[in-house]
Amino acid sequence: MRFGVVIFPGTWSDMDFHHVISQVLHQPVEYVWHRDTDVDRFDCLVLPGGFSYGDYLRAGAVAGRSPIVAALPGFVARGGLVLGSCNGFQILCEAGLLPGTLLRNDCLQFRCQWTHVAVEQTESPFTRGLRRGQVLKMPIAHGEGRYHVDQGLLRQLQERDQIVFRYATEAGEVTHAANPNGSVWNIAGVSNEEGTVVGLMPHPERAAETSVGSTDGLLLFHSVLGSLVENGSVLGR
Amino acid sequence: MRARIVVRLRPGILDPQGTTIQRALEGLGFPEVRDLRVGKVLEMTLDETDAMRARERLDEMCRKLLANPVIEDYTCEVVESDERRRAR
Repeated sequence: MRFGVVIFPGTWSDMDFHHVISQVLHQPVEYVWHRDTDVDRFDCLVLPGGFSYGDYLRAGAVAGRSPIVAALPGFVARGGLVLGSCNGFQILCEAGLLPGTLLRNDCLQFRCQWTHVAVEQTESPFTRGLRRGQVLKMPIAHGEGRYHVDQGLLRQLQERDQIVFRYATEAGEVTHAANPNGSVWNIAGVSNEEGTVVGLMPHPERAAETSVGSTDGLLLFHSVLGSLVENGSVLGR
Repeated sequence: MRARIVVRLRPGILDPQGTTIQRALEGLGFPEVRDLRVGKVLEMTLDETDAMRARERLDEMCRKLLANPVIEDYTCEVVESDERRRAR
């Protein structure tokens, strides 16, 4: 159950993820430089948040064309899992590994705050241990998190159950007021069709210890760990 | 030759930056401004002499990196050929 935490120039949440995986979950984890394409020793790769390449051109645009991202489709096809948080989510969208894109928050403010998200699907390895409708408390910290897809693609994502998290109130109601950035349909996280690539704007790694105010982010990791050891083997590999 | 690429948000994509700038202009006494949208201009020099070939390469650059087809449209133009630059 080996994790890799990918570092691009300008990534800033890599150490948080590394800390949670190694010190809280006690799993083997390595940093992976963005030029490294030899990733088959990992079961799960994490693309952390930050400001890769200074958000130049578009958030995640330059990192989305880096060697390790080009290696991700093959990694996923061979059974690997990918989690992108914040800038990692933006990178996965820019690379076309996840549908849609992330635009400037409609309020134009950088939002650094706690949010609640309702779990929309529990088929992905990252949400398998969760209940549909379960509310998770995780922080966000971004200026460009307004998830956008056109109406046709939104319907397709709904039909294919690719919407993973939606911004909601603490009680789990999906309301306009609970949407911190103007995302379409309050979408906070989506997956690919297979559920093996998940991206979300909130930071699960910053909600993994009681001392920081929430441990709900750990539930994503516990889901993954449960998935990885399913049937006594690592994802059948 | 010199080339210019203009990347614009596609119609219908909310542009809060554009709205804010329009409101600021209104506050400065420009109430006639409507539908203000913010885009990007990229200018570059190309080591290329064939304008047709240059346009093809510019288009490829846009598709691969410079524009995000989910939200953006683009136009590419060769602004000035080497010949014209030498004549100047």
